[in-house]
Amino acid sequence: MSNLDKYPALTLVPKSDVAQSAKDFKSDQEVRWCPGCGDYSILSTVQGFMPDLGIAKENIVFVSGIGCSSRFPYYMNTYGFHSIHGRAPSIATGLSVSRPDLSVWVITGDGDALSIGGNHLIHALRRNVNLKILLFNNRIYGLTKGQYSPTSEQGKITKSTPMGSLDYSFNPVSLALGAEATFVARSLDSDRKHLTSVLSAAAAHEGTALIEIYQNCNIFNDGAWDPLKENETADDLMIRLEHGQPIRFGKDGAKGVIRTGDGHIAIANVAEVGEDALLRHDAHAQDPGLAFALSRLSDTHTLQDTPIGIFRDVQRPSYDRLAREQLADALEQKGPGDLQSLVRGKDTWVVA
Amino acid sequence: MTKQVVQVSKVVIRFAGDSGDGMQLTGDRFTTETAGLGNDLKTLPDFPAEIRAPAGTIPGVSAFQLHFADHLIATPGDEPDVLVAMNPAALKANLKLLRRGGDLIVNTDEFTKRALEKVGYTANPLEDGSLEEYQVHPVALTSMTVEALKDFDLTKKEAERAKNMFALGMLSWLYSRPSEGTLEFLKAKFGKKPEILKANIAAFEAGWSFGETTEGFSVQYEVAPAAMPAGVYRNISGNLALSLGLVAAGQLSNLPVFLGSYPITPASDILHELSKHKNFGVTTFQAEDEIAGIGSAIGAAYGGALALTTTSGPGVALKSEAIGLAVMTELPLVIIDVQRGGPSTGLPTKTEQSDLLQAMFGRNGEAPVPIVAPQSPSDCFFAAIEAARIAIEYRTPVFLLSDGYLANGSEPWKVPDVADLPAIDANFATELNHENADGSMDFWPYLRDPQTLARPWAVPGTKGLEHRIGGIEKAEGTGAISYDADNHDKMVRLRQAKVDAIAQTIPELTVDDPTGDAKVLVIGWGSTFGPIAGACKLVRDGGGSVAQAHLRHINPFPANLGSVLAKYDRVIVPEMNLGQLNMLLRAKFLVDTVNYNQVRGLPFKSDELAGVINDVRASL
Repeated sequence: MSNLDKYPALTLVPKSDVAQSAKDFKSDQEVRWCPGCGDYSILSTVQGFMPDLGIAKENIVFVSGIGCSSRFPYYMNTYGFHSIHGRAPSIATGLSVSRPDLSVWVITGDGDALSIGGNHLIHALRRNVNLKILLFNNRIYGLTKGQYSPTSEQGKITKSTPMGSLDYSFNPVSLALGAEATFVARSLDSDRKHLTSVLSAAAAHEGTALIEIYQNCNIFNDGAWDPLKENETADDLMIRLEHGQPIRFGKDGAKGVIRTGDGHIAIANVAEVGEDALLRHDAHAQDPGLAFALSRLSDTHTLQDTPIGIFRDVQRPSYDRLAREQLADALEQKGPGDLQSLVRGKDTWVVA
Repeated sequence: MTKQVVQVSKVVIRFAGDSGDGMQLTGDRFTTETAGLGNDLKTLPDFPAEIRAPAGTIPGVSAFQLHFADHLIATPGDEPDVLVAMNPAALKANLKLLRRGGDLIVNTDEFTKRALEKVGYTANPLEDGSLEEYQVHPVALTSMTVEALKDFDLTKKEAERAKNMFALGMLSWLYSRPSEGTLEFLKAKFGKKPEILKANIAAFEAGWSFGETTEGFSVQYEVAPAAMPAGVYRNISGNLALSLGLVAAGQLSNLPVFLGSYPITPASDILHELSKHKNFGVTTFQAEDEIAGIGSAIGAAYGGALALTTTSGPGVALKSEAIGLAVMTELPLVIIDVQRGGPSTGLPTKTEQSDLLQAMFGRNGEAPVPIVAPQSPSDCFFAAIEAARIAIEYRTPVFLLSDGYLANGSEPWKVPDVADLPAIDANFATELNHENADGSMDFWPYLRDPQTLARPWAVPGTKGLEHRIGGIEKAEGTGAISYDADNHDKMVRLRQAKVDAIAQTIPELTVDDPTGDAKVLVIGWGSTFGPIAGACKLVRDGGGSVAQAHLRHINPFPANLGSVLAKYDRVIVPEMNLGQLNMLLRAKFLVDTVNYNQVRGLPFKSDELAGVINDVRASL
């Protein structure tokens, strides 16, 4: 399969005329995350994945907001813009809409995207701007040294909440689905293979793709996602979603997701309900109902029944495409603008 | 009946009625007919922020003032000669403006007991002698309109709605305005509703005939065309001129135009206008908020567009952090602030000049931003091009400070030949620009042009120039993150020096002093140009001397400003704020200026200003 077929969303982006490797995407800047931070593995995975796109490196832009994760663009040898807190989606929107020949990626965190920048995130999603948004979720404010974030579990003891946080947490996948997102996925910083496959699907998608990446902050919230990463617990907790496949998990696939009589979904013992009763995952379903229901399965505190993978991947024309089409239509209908005629207007008179 | 025709040299008419009475439309149509006759004119729409406040109340009164003359004029007029009051509320809100002895045309049908009580009249002013100082013309506007339309298939309410056309027809007769343009306009507006179209035309004609036949008007007036330089003219408002200037700047720089904006009064019309010109390569993006408006513009600027964001004072406050980002990343961006009364929500539909210091200093850190201010509605066109030129050539955000009066006011404009407009060179970076010690080449995104101190504009897609920018302090030259103390001190000074250097490319300040012996200088900025010019003319007509200078560039100031100020015994600074330019002039030049300020949501009156000037002259 040529890359053109693999990444239809990138047809307007110039192809690379040289073979690329991960090394080509490493900038000359010293990486300044804390040793052991989950960001390192995400950076490495992204750098390793980029050559697969086959597009010119100078046509790739990484835009970020503020926070630990938002330092990411400095380490990519592409164009990059480290902006201000929460605003990356808006900056990336202006760039993407005005430059269809670019592949625009947004790097953000749980505070940046869901707290100060929540408004921009939901509007980018509903518009379906051609952005690939990587949301590094470590459930804590790192760069400001350890306050609770919008994804922190309620009751969390942090520097700003010595008696426990009062805020109920956001589920980023549920939020994105509610905001009319056309592509929503979740992955893990430490699972290079899974993250790469999700990145690949996101890059192929026309419109906004939101990827929530569970990322470890080993300084202020170490081990937040460990139950999903450790062999002895992961199988029991984590549901790997695969389009077209029965939704099945647990040791030896003992558990699965079924539709209940009242229309809800539930976890069932496969031995009891039978394999045929399991729901098949359909990421392409226009109705986001099942994707939303799947996003609600997980327990905020224990991480029990946490799905990863692509929740939703549906087609809807991107804002960029629609904006381009309007410009083209106007040009076709009116012809290229004639400045003198515009300035002159219709109601004129002559002074001799 | 043939009536006497009287020649007058100038007239100020004020149309006032309920927000739903169509006064702005009536005023616009009268203006268009007047412009076509070749009079010089200035207009001042004066309307409430509410779309439809309760009918018949003072807050719901909407007015449109028009000054037209057989000579060049500077303002929409200090005092109306004619007030058209469509109801008691309109009378009550506007009577104090009318010249003593002026003509007062009132719609008597609306002067019911209930309507009078609603605005606190205990007696009918049409009957209690309180209007003796004026020439009152009682006209049963509503009932005559309904009578004229009785054969149409319309409800009473629909028929009543055409009363503004009756009024327009009457005034058009009274001032000998042509009617063809208005008939054409109505055809275009109501082409799809033939019954409404016919009714509006009939109402207009009934008003015209009424004027011709009633004994209430003994004379008809004519105002001869003004002597204006030869050329093709159009009437233009500030927001329209500003929009066309932005489109022109895109063409002159050969850049696609991107506007990121959130609707806000009184700036929204610029968004509306630009959204019509997609065939000029103009993209408009209505963002989710003010911050995303400027954020998207900054993104487009990074991508190589002529980037714009339009707003008013409250929006500037929300955009402050992003403006700082544009300062730090040194990207071209035009921030259009159509100022309105503040603080907070303030007076959304009224004019004020109180965002100057916000534009100048309203950011964290040392974040200098050039400021350009148009001085009249038509000047908004050229000021927009100038703001874009500075933004592009110096890689900097630029403030374009218009205001509500310029935005909605209008005047005749001699249409420029676009071939005479200056080209703007985007001068994108395409090459590596720094030679290392070993002879290899690099791209340094913060290597400056020695003349302008501008950094290279290398847009994504340019091979080999991949680089990262952001809000963190940059190392001089390389643009890498730097927390070094000396580097920061140097970069702060460099950003300031770059803005200061713009003074090299702006014209020197000129002074208008016809007699050459003035001891008093009046200096202003922005929309006060007309009222100040009018005031200076009054002083000079009275035999006095006074000099006028007006600032188009407020940051940086023209290079000769200090020496101009030093030439005069007294410098008066009139502003529609509490002295913001005044503070800058005093701080920078140590001049003992005289401050004159009003924040009434309306432009200055020239005769008041002339009084101030004469008082200062007398004190010398």
